[in-house]
Amino acid sequence: MPQNEYIERFQKQHGRRLDYEERKRKRLARESHKQSADAQNLRGLRAKMYQQKRHKEKIAMKKAIKAHEERDVKGSGAGDKDDGQPLPQYLMDRSDQTRAKALSSAIKNKRAEKAAKFQVPLPKVKGISEEEMFKVVKTGKKTSKKAWKRMITKPTFVGPDFTRRPVKYERFIRPMGLRYKKANVTHPELGVTVQLPIISVKKNPQSPMYTQLGVLTKGTIVEVNVSELGLVTAGGKVVWGRWAQVTNNPENDGCLNAVLLV
Amino acid sequence: MATLVPPPSKRQKLTASNLAKHQQDVPTAPPADLGEVRIQFVDRSTGTPQGDSVLVPLSQATTRNLALLVNSIEGRDEAHERIPYRFFVAVGEGGGADGDNDTDEIGLADGDDLYGRLAAASKGGKLPGTEEVIRVRTAPQAVFKVQVVSRCSAAVSGHGQPILAAQFSPASAARLATGSGDNTARVWDCDTGTPLHTLKGHTSWVLAVSWSPDGTLLATGSNDATVRLWDPVKGQLEGAALQGHTKWITSLAWEPFHAQQPGRPRLASSSKDATVRVWDAVAKRIDFALTGHKGSVSCVKWGGIGLLYTASHDKTVKVWSARNGTLVHTLSSHAHWVNHLALSTDAVLRTAFYDHTGVVPDGLEERRVKARRRFEAAAASSEGVPVERLVSASDDTTMFLWGPFGASAGKNVTKPQARLMGHQKAINYVAFSPDGLHIASAGFDNHVKLWQGSSGKFVATLRGHVGPVYQACFSADSRLLVSASKDTTLKVWEVRTGQMKGDLPGHKDEVYAVDWSADGKGVGSGGRDKQVRIWKG
Repeated sequence: MPQNEYIERFQKQHGRRLDYEERKRKRLARESHKQSADAQNLRGLRAKMYQQKRHKEKIAMKKAIKAHEERDVKGSGAGDKDDGQPLPQYLMDRSDQTRAKALSSAIKNKRAEKAAKFQVPLPKVKGISEEEMFKVVKTGKKTSKKAWKRMITKPTFVGPDFTRRPVKYERFIRPMGLRYKKANVTHPELGVTVQLPIISVKKNPQSPMYTQLGVLTKGTIVEVNVSELGLVTAGGKVVWGRWAQVTNNPENDGCLNAVLLV
Repeated sequence: MATLVPPPSKRQKLTASNLAKHQQDVPTAPPADLGEVRIQFVDRSTGTPQGDSVLVPLSQATTRNLALLVNSIEGRDEAHERIPYRFFVAVGEGGGADGDNDTDEIGLADGDDLYGRLAAASKGGKLPGTEEVIRVRTAPQAVFKVQVVSRCSAAVSGHGQPILAAQFSPASAARLATGSGDNTARVWDCDTGTPLHTLKGHTSWVLAVSWSPDGTLLATGSNDATVRLWDPVKGQLEGAALQGHTKWITSLAWEPFHAQQPGRPRLASSSKDATVRVWDAVAKRIDFALTGHKGSVSCVKWGGIGLLYTASHDKTVKVWSARNGTLVHTLSSHAHWVNHLALSTDAVLRTAFYDHTGVVPDGLEERRVKARRRFEAAAASSEGVPVERLVSASDDTTMFLWGPFGASAGKNVTKPQARLMGHQKAINYVAFSPDGLHIASAGFDNHVKLWQGSSGKFVATLRGHVGPVYQACFSADSRLLVSASKDTTLKVWEVRTGQMKGDLPGHKDEVYAVDWSADGKGVGSGGRDKQVRIWKG
């Protein structure tokens, strides 16, 4: 079991509080009251931050409503499909041509063109010094003398089956708060972005040691799980791992954006 | 932590595999002193008994010997006249005593014997005595055998857009017609793997191609709402486009050869505009239009007994008279779009007078007689009149088996004979085997399923595809099935065992259309990667 899932484990073993559902429902019911109270009473920076958050929420809400309205419109399809890819008659009235399929065929077209096989979007990155990457841990009686313990100050990916070594022997600490499991992966040509689970870190351009530690910095190549996109190889096997390159500075942004390598 | 058992050594593995091989090879010959059983052979398609019941020593009752016996009962004594047979024995209560089509039955494999089947059927090991008559249903198999296709003999580029439809000429495996998204249809020479003709004229995607049963005309239906007729030999347009539909054409069906007025073949086209139009292919005029559906007509089939069957997105299947276009029946049991139809006589209607012998009669009248004879043999029934069964595939994930049409008027054909349930997503395609014994259905749930053609009972699920299966096609001898899928592969299946016989990767994108030639010599497929592939054995 991954170390950080102790709450989930507890819930599986013992269940939740008996009044969990009711408390949740009540909290939800009170939410609008809390929101209006906050909107009226917050002052200063907190008010600003609150308004910013509400603004974003309202945009999301309006988008969702618009999407629902579009879905309810009847009789789309037929006419506007003419300019798309040709389809056999048994697929013409079906609107479940998913984005994943568009992705898949674009990837295949690209492969057919045999262009830029070994190119990556970010060929060069700025170097990061060891001083910046590692913080020397000096707490405790013994470690303060030796000072060989390091804490990684950058975001990392830690596999689900990782277990910590005994504290005495643990040389590198990868802080829990800086761990990432998912990346927002963009397809470069189609401009669609999907959130996909990371499988592994393939290469960190800074140093092979960082690759081993799973450090995620700008330019890192990660393997992401694309199984939900439904890609298939020429042999009919399902593709599930595909490489992507990190395009942002995750330590600054708090999210991991990547671009798919095709 | 529990101790891990080390993996078996090479010697252990060898001995295990040798043992397994040895055990497999043990012949299961029945003991010699089994006595006799009384067998009554019954024709499986019509239900008529063949000869009187015969006493057969059980130790001798292998499939091969039974086939010899049936052949001699049928009067085919010479070795070159004999036909291979498949045998079916009823299982469950009543043993083999009752012989109606609704009991469960098991087929005997080619190397099987009756003793093994009976022993398996009667759990206590008690075999029927000589007093009890065992009804063994017989089904003649094709006298020719189609080879499993295993390799891609040609991958021909030419189309500039995805290929949406493909059909072999009924005359031979040498000609394949494909319709594509680049507004053309093409005729290919499959022997050399070269393009023969490009049929230009449509102004939008070609969605349906259909050879006339005598192979002299090719019809194409397009997204531009027209049907065009072509001369497949010269590659030229025959007359003007057939205009009348207001939306795209979904499928085409030719009038069966034996039912045509001489020199006046007709063609039915179904369209998204909810109508079916029947065209005179010579005069290039509308004979009549079948208007009655309320939604897109997804499929049209022209039966050999003067009926037209149409399936529609308005959840109904309608049966029309082909003579004057009046509505005969409305079959409404489906709960969602009806996507596809298959007739038990599809294969003979498509090939008319072309059969496995390759002998084509000279005169028109001889051809008509031969086409009629072939149809009547395929549509034979116990009542002596030709009947057809229809199966309809739908988005409600089920199929209905309808009919038999053409039988005496007392039978109510608007009630389905059976509902074929088992698919988990919409069923896109359904096909009857040429001998009418099996139904194959291809669904968006990645499976192909096999069903009994007579009763609609479930037979097997063919698992293997990892994407929706778009089409499936039986070989001419009904022993094999090929399926085309979104996962870019074709797969060949053995119908008898339900096992995969071959995997045909090669297409670079989804495969939209597949067809097995009428003489079984090749499979043609086309899809989104714009290449036509010809597969051979």
